[in-house]
Amino acid sequence: MEAFKQHTGKVVPYDMPNVDTDQIIPARFLKKIDRVGFGELLFNDVRYNADGSPKEDFVLNQEKYAGGSVLVSGPQFGIGSSREHAPWAIQQYGFKVVIAPSFGDIFRSNCFQNGLLPVQLSERDVQTLIARAQELSDYQVTVDLETQEVHDSVGFSAKFEVDSFRRDCLLRGLDDIGLTLEKISAIDAFEKAHA
Amino acid sequence: MAPKTMFEKMWDSHVVSDEPGKPSLLYVDLHLVHEITSAQAFDGLRMNHRTVRRPDKTVVVADHNVPTKDRDKPLEDEIAKTQLDALAQNTSEFGLNYFDMFSEKQGIVHVIGPEQGWTRPGMIIVCGDSHTSTHGAMGAMAFGIGTSEVEHVLATQCIWQAKPKTMEIRVEGTLAPGVTAKDVALGIVGKIGTSGGIGHAIEYTGSVFRDMSMEGRMTVCNLSIEAGARSGMVAPDEKTYEYLKGREQCPTGADWDAAVEEWKKLPTDEGAKFDTLLEIPASDIVPFVTWGTNPGQVAPITGRVPKPEDYENSQDQFAVEKALKYMGLQGGERIQDIMIDTIFVGSCTNSRIEDLRAAAAVVKGKQKAPSVRALIVPGSWLVKQQAEKEGLDKIFLDAGMEWRDAGCSMCLAMNPDRLAPGERSASTSNRNFEGRQGPGGRTHLVSPAMAAAAAIAGHFVDIRDWS
Repeated sequence: MEAFKQHTGKVVPYDMPNVDTDQIIPARFLKKIDRVGFGELLFNDVRYNADGSPKEDFVLNQEKYAGGSVLVSGPQFGIGSSREHAPWAIQQYGFKVVIAPSFGDIFRSNCFQNGLLPVQLSERDVQTLIARAQELSDYQVTVDLETQEVHDSVGFSAKFEVDSFRRDCLLRGLDDIGLTLEKISAIDAFEKAHA
Repeated sequence: MAPKTMFEKMWDSHVVSDEPGKPSLLYVDLHLVHEITSAQAFDGLRMNHRTVRRPDKTVVVADHNVPTKDRDKPLEDEIAKTQLDALAQNTSEFGLNYFDMFSEKQGIVHVIGPEQGWTRPGMIIVCGDSHTSTHGAMGAMAFGIGTSEVEHVLATQCIWQAKPKTMEIRVEGTLAPGVTAKDVALGIVGKIGTSGGIGHAIEYTGSVFRDMSMEGRMTVCNLSIEAGARSGMVAPDEKTYEYLKGREQCPTGADWDAAVEEWKKLPTDEGAKFDTLLEIPASDIVPFVTWGTNPGQVAPITGRVPKPEDYENSQDQFAVEKALKYMGLQGGERIQDIMIDTIFVGSCTNSRIEDLRAAAAVVKGKQKAPSVRALIVPGSWLVKQQAEKEGLDKIFLDAGMEWRDAGCSMCLAMNPDRLAPGERSASTSNRNFEGRQGPGGRTHLVSPAMAAAAAIAGHFVDIRDWS
């Protein structure tokens, strides 16, 4: 996994509550057996018309937000299905960070597994970011995992909480399996005791 | 010793490693695997020259994208075929228990686990599927994981978990006739919303769950994730032991007796504290129908579709407006006036024998409405065989309904069973998200009896008035 320390990028505001993982990537696209090619399918059913042409009013199709790398959305982002294809799609589109007032538990955990940082801010802060992204052109924020802070260049600054273990893994780019295999003797002992 | 909740007992007995500032490393007793969330995990193992640590604790089944008819013909969906072939190849390469779509033990992963006795009290059970919470009905701690975690469990038989908070949901009283486990679950999600359980492990307590059948408990635990909770559980009791005794994977003889003695220690101790308590009287539970695009948007069958202005908060108003637009509904419509095109009885929520019996009891001797399409999809081959032994298949077929083979089917439309854009279903499944049953499809979640009655009437009806 790639390490994550700090990221500065353009905000894409998707002002929508309850964005479930079926919306992030519909089930019919989960039949692929590799990990690539999900970026163009992100938000497929709200992003494209039935004939495959882009829906002009959808945020990812607006020129203003092209090249965005910080997705900001409403509460309960990523609820529903456990599909890890959801963070894969978000990440492969080019996002490095997702900011929302709350996240589905499994989605959040899947993000950390892939080096995509889920940042939980207050509803008010999220609305501020969304409003600024809509009003200003090329609105950027910096997300710093070391200081656990999001800020912009026009006075916004907010701290965020993150599980210290997950933070450490992201900062160092460590994957879980390697860490666990260091505990192999504890696993052996557990199995022996419970055989 | 301080009194403990059932959740805490299970957690504590599965800790392999616990260090300050870190999540706990927990041992996994059973890892269930299906085709949709595993291919990339097996690839990861191969790439790193790793093996599956405990093939004996790993059970694999094809359920999500398998067709539910004409299985003897070649698969039309090439991508689905590739995925199923990859699963067969992976299970053979890594030496795992595998039930393909021709196996008599095939079925939806959350149906076959309990049915074959793989799922037992006190276990930690994971699967790359959010409805893994179903297995909590056996008195197990069961939760969904992502594909990276699937790879991790395959390689290590363990999982890192930060301890969630605990929530007790207590429903006391007696359910009225016609009110089912599905209605209890929809009532709970309707009350606390899709985020009410985020960060929590639920234990369902009170006379309603004690009186409920094991299959009813599975339905309730299944929908825990729709309230945001990764796991939900019910304390094991005599019903649990009776359900499990004699199932293929369960211990026998003295081993069975010893196991039951251990299981009896699991229930929450008197005086143990939960972080959150929610009490709902059984009299608040009525037949529910979802009207919107998340499972928290429910109304009683006697109610009306809400209007945006019924809500104070502007974000709620927006969510309602958006849902109504997608669903093609007007605020203020009577639920019972909503006409439906399709019913689906199936999914890991409601495809077990009791669900099929409940639907058949409503259908018996009647005909579906001519314009309605009705799909009855048993949860497993064993359920299908049992239903046919009881003649339920004939009741459905005589009513003009389709009797299919086991799989996830129209719950998430990964196989050919799906709604057309704008098509409206009464579905016994678990999610009414936009596009869940097919792009543009409109889903109303209900109990099996309510779906069956809607198929005959052509619109929603109050099952309590059904004759």
